[in-house]
Amino acid sequence: MANSRKTVKTALKLGILGLLSIAFVLPFVWMLSTSFKHESRIFPPPGQPPQWIPTTDVRDDQGRTLVKFDGKSAVDLGAEETGRHHLLLDGKQVEAWDHEIEPLQQVGLHWENYSKAFEMMDFWQNLRNTLFICFCTVLGTLVSSSVVAYSFARIPWRGRDAVFVLVLATMMLPYQVTLIPLFALYSKLGWVGSFKPLIVPYWLGVPFYIFLLRQFFKTVPEDLSAAARIDGCSEFGIYARIILPLAKPALATTALFMFLFQWGDFLNPLIYLQDDRQYTLAIALQQFQSQHVSAWGPLMAMSTVITLPIIVLFFFTQRTFIQGITMSGLKG
Amino acid sequence: MARVEIKNLNKVFPGGIQAVKNANLVVEDKEFVVLVGPSGCGKSTTLRMIAGLEEVSSGDIHIGDTLVNDVPPKNRDIAMVFQNYALYPHMTVYKNMAFGLILRKYPKKEIDRRVREAAEILGITALLDRRPKALSGGQRQRVAVGRAIVRQPKVFLFDEPLSNLDAKLRVQMRTEISKLHHRLQSTMIYVTHDQVEAMTMGDRIVVMLDGVIQQVAPPLQLYHHPVNKFVAGFIGSPPMNMVEGRLAGENGTVHFIDKNDAVCLTVPPERHAALKGHLGKKVTLGIRPEHLRESGTPQGAEGASIKALIEVVEPMGFEINLYLNLGGQSITARINTSVEPTVNTQHVLDVDMHCAHFFDMETENTIV
Repeated sequence: MANSRKTVKTALKLGILGLLSIAFVLPFVWMLSTSFKHESRIFPPPGQPPQWIPTTDVRDDQGRTLVKFDGKSAVDLGAEETGRHHLLLDGKQVEAWDHEIEPLQQVGLHWENYSKAFEMMDFWQNLRNTLFICFCTVLGTLVSSSVVAYSFARIPWRGRDAVFVLVLATMMLPYQVTLIPLFALYSKLGWVGSFKPLIVPYWLGVPFYIFLLRQFFKTVPEDLSAAARIDGCSEFGIYARIILPLAKPALATTALFMFLFQWGDFLNPLIYLQDDRQYTLAIALQQFQSQHVSAWGPLMAMSTVITLPIIVLFFFTQRTFIQGITMSGLKG
Repeated sequence: MARVEIKNLNKVFPGGIQAVKNANLVVEDKEFVVLVGPSGCGKSTTLRMIAGLEEVSSGDIHIGDTLVNDVPPKNRDIAMVFQNYALYPHMTVYKNMAFGLILRKYPKKEIDRRVREAAEILGITALLDRRPKALSGGQRQRVAVGRAIVRQPKVFLFDEPLSNLDAKLRVQMRTEISKLHHRLQSTMIYVTHDQVEAMTMGDRIVVMLDGVIQQVAPPLQLYHHPVNKFVAGFIGSPPMNMVEGRLAGENGTVHFIDKNDAVCLTVPPERHAALKGHLGKKVTLGIRPEHLRESGTPQGAEGASIKALIEVVEPMGFEINLYLNLGGQSITARINTSVEPTVNTQHVLDVDMHCAHFFDMETENTIV
């Protein structure tokens, strides 16, 4: 009795989780599937369900497309400008209107979206820019936030907790509030149009990571610092030789979160970068969509290419990732 | 090697709590001194001030001939062993022990020699490549001691180093640290809340209470001649029995009468002189469990026996601990195993009044 109730409970739990995961994975699946579709298949005709499995035209051995006409399959010999198609049906030539025929489809992948996507943007340049910004901001965040966090966690000084609260308070400010003053500041400094506004702020400490690292540093027993002090460490020595090596999980989480944020960040590069030689991948993607035409196939192909490293990264760092979320007690 | 001198030492924590009050102490060169007291008595704070981990509020600390008040810990030439071992989790045992020497830029050969020598002494040579996580509590404690030894400091400081070990290991490490003291011939200051550790290890013991040093004396002097009721009750296990009452004197005899008038004990004549000033006043009688004996034994003084109800019998093997109820007061007796007392019976015990202690009820100081 108790056992069967348990089974039902588990089944219910798994069912809900399964449904939710489908909801979350659906956009990704659509992106992947669309990246392999022909342009004409991306958006289904009104009243028809979206296509999930990419298809290609069926052709005969001479490379002519096969169509369905009047319930039978025919070879499409070509069309006039009027939309009148010449078909070869059972060895006889017939004519049919566009809407009367339907191209035969088979499961298949349109790889050309990928080659087109690479032609449409300077992928390697954009990748270099993105990686450069990621590297600099991750490094900056690790160095600056850990130093500040160390001070908040391990050095008693007057007003420390008040200042810490102030630092936390800056997290509560919506980004939009500081957007314009920051832009004004950077433009006065002459930094707009360079990577500086995207990198320098991260060398001045990031409140969320200061908080995360402080919490972690506080868990290191005070006696370790005392032992190190007697062993001959300076305050910086304790930070560098004792606390940092012990905080590897927290530092890894910080690096990972920061990297993910920078990899996908759109707004900042959009505001501060002006030359398309400087564009990051996220901004470059935007170029696939213009006011009149959107190249959905290549857009989805490139989106897949850009998302792929993150997914691979996630598989390798899953534990760090989840640890980080539990560590901070917050969503990353 | 060095002597350590503390003069008028005070420590006031932010918030106004005074952890150490006007402490004065001289630890001689090569001496093993134990600071003992209940938790919160200021013993660890005193040690941490000697180490330089806590700032001194007022007073002086000398190590050797140097006033070290403003000298950072690393320059005080001390080594400390912590209660929770404080081993660096990310370093091997070898690196843990070598760390202090590496920071002081000793030549590699010298470091290696010292680490291996210390490991040899402590029997941890086989563990040198392990991380602390892979060690048992006792092994970690050895490594922590090893880390102190390799530095060859002037003064060793121990902050409750055995508290986290199980009872058996504690006894073992206790003797090993004592052996180590004889071998290294260096000054050691040892903090513990365990009076057995204090008694067994210390050349001299410093008993502290509420930030005040109560008494500094060698173990047996402390046991036999405590200066006040607290020291008398703290040192010894099971603790000394305290019976409240008054002294009555007439016709050249002196009696101790308890507050319920249930017990009347004759005080032997050789102690009369010392108690003269307290006749008719309230006093506390202190009597150690081993000075309560089976009735009829020769040591029992004339006219000094009590009758009490046995509540618990604890056979210890060599002797028996009896927990008795004497007119509402609990007392403990330690008797030999020749008798087999039964619970809930009245039992007569002789009190060896030659060994009894008397404390002033108001000041709690020892009268005799």
